Amino acid sequence: MATTVPDAVTGPVFALLIISKAGSLIYHRTFPTTTPGTSAGSLTGQSQAQTVGTLGLPGTSTLTTNDYLVLAGTFHGVHAITRSLTPKLPVTSSSGTAPSGRNWTYPDPTVPPSGIESLESSFFRLTVFQTLSGTKFLLFTDPSMPNTDVLMKGIYERYADYVCKNPFWQMEMPIRIEAWDRSLGQWLTRR
Amino acid sequence: MVSGPYMFLRTRVDKVNAELVTLTYGTIVAQLCTDYDYDYTQVNQQLDKMGYNIGMRLIEDFLAKSNTGRCGNFRDTAEMISKVGFKIFLNITPTVTNWTADNKQFSLLFDENPLADFVELPDDGRAQDELWFSNILCGVLRGALEMVQMSIEARFVSDMLRGNDVTEMRVTLIRYIEDEMPPDDE
Repeated sequence: MATTVPDAVTGPVFALLIISKAGSLIYHRTFPTTTPGTSAGSLTGQSQAQTVGTLGLPGTSTLTTNDYLVLAGTFHGVHAITRSLTPKLPVTSSSGTAPSGRNWTYPDPTVPPSGIESLESSFFRLTVFQTLSGTKFLLFTDPSMPNTDVLMKGIYERYADYVCKNPFWQMEMPIRIEAWDRSLGQWLTRR
Repeated sequence: MVSGPYMFLRTRVDKVNAELVTLTYGTIVAQLCTDYDYDYTQVNQQLDKMGYNIGMRLIEDFLAKSNTGRCGNFRDTAEMISKVGFKIFLNITPTVTNWTADNKQFSLLFDENPLADFVELPDDGRAQDELWFSNILCGVLRGALEMVQMSIEARFVSDMLRGNDVTEMRVTLIRYIEDEMPPDDE
């Protein structure tokens, strides 16, 4: 992991990954953060020199496409595990059993258990949004980035418009759509 | 998007003349009738299949626009379909009615059907009894709900185009799909 942080880091969005319902990586893109005014993100695979790692974090090594695939697969499993790990609080026998007849209850019974939604380190925050249809959006930002849920909603709207409505995009398959890349870049780098 | 008043929509959503949508759909149905030599059973199946493919993608648009959380039960789902889904995409609000006691079946009654404006079924002695003109809607519903882990069956049981008094779609919950939500162990 990184040992130094440049003082002049700007552009707090580092990367976006999209994982299909089945757990495969269907989109990944980094947003280099070296200097203000650089182009709106670069597509992985372009032969473009970068002064930071492909996750956008200073001092990190460049991740290959295969690294991203492994990362997505790992995260898919971790997401399922963290949902299973939702605490089950015992219901004491004196108060009887829960309505469903179980002898335990979730910390907040009104909310169904979900997988991991946020992960934070000194260098980045990962915000996870899983749609009701099962697709997972992973947004890596600077830890101080506010309102990542608003960012995420904008990403989802653009996904619905530019990806799902493109008749030549096959569901669960990698996304290679220029209009989506352009729109996403504008949305995530205009700050 | 069909023109009309909008709820839940971003301001930049474009409107399309309703008649263009109606004519496009009408052309599709007419073309399918020709392609399948007026085998209306086949046409119904193809419309359902096309709708299914549309529904699987449309659900993302619905979820992104409506900010809907997971529906707690099938009754809530029905209300969401009628008051939000149909409102967003067709600017109509079919009536939810005729629930069964087990809350697994209901009907959608369509007072208006934008897809069927200007339409008269062919006078060939068979279309009136065999063709469900708006069958694509059944497929849309099935595809959309499957994406949110509900296996349903949807079919028209009456249609004003056929001379019936009402246009009624019967929706049946078959089961909740468990791949995403395995039952609790305890």
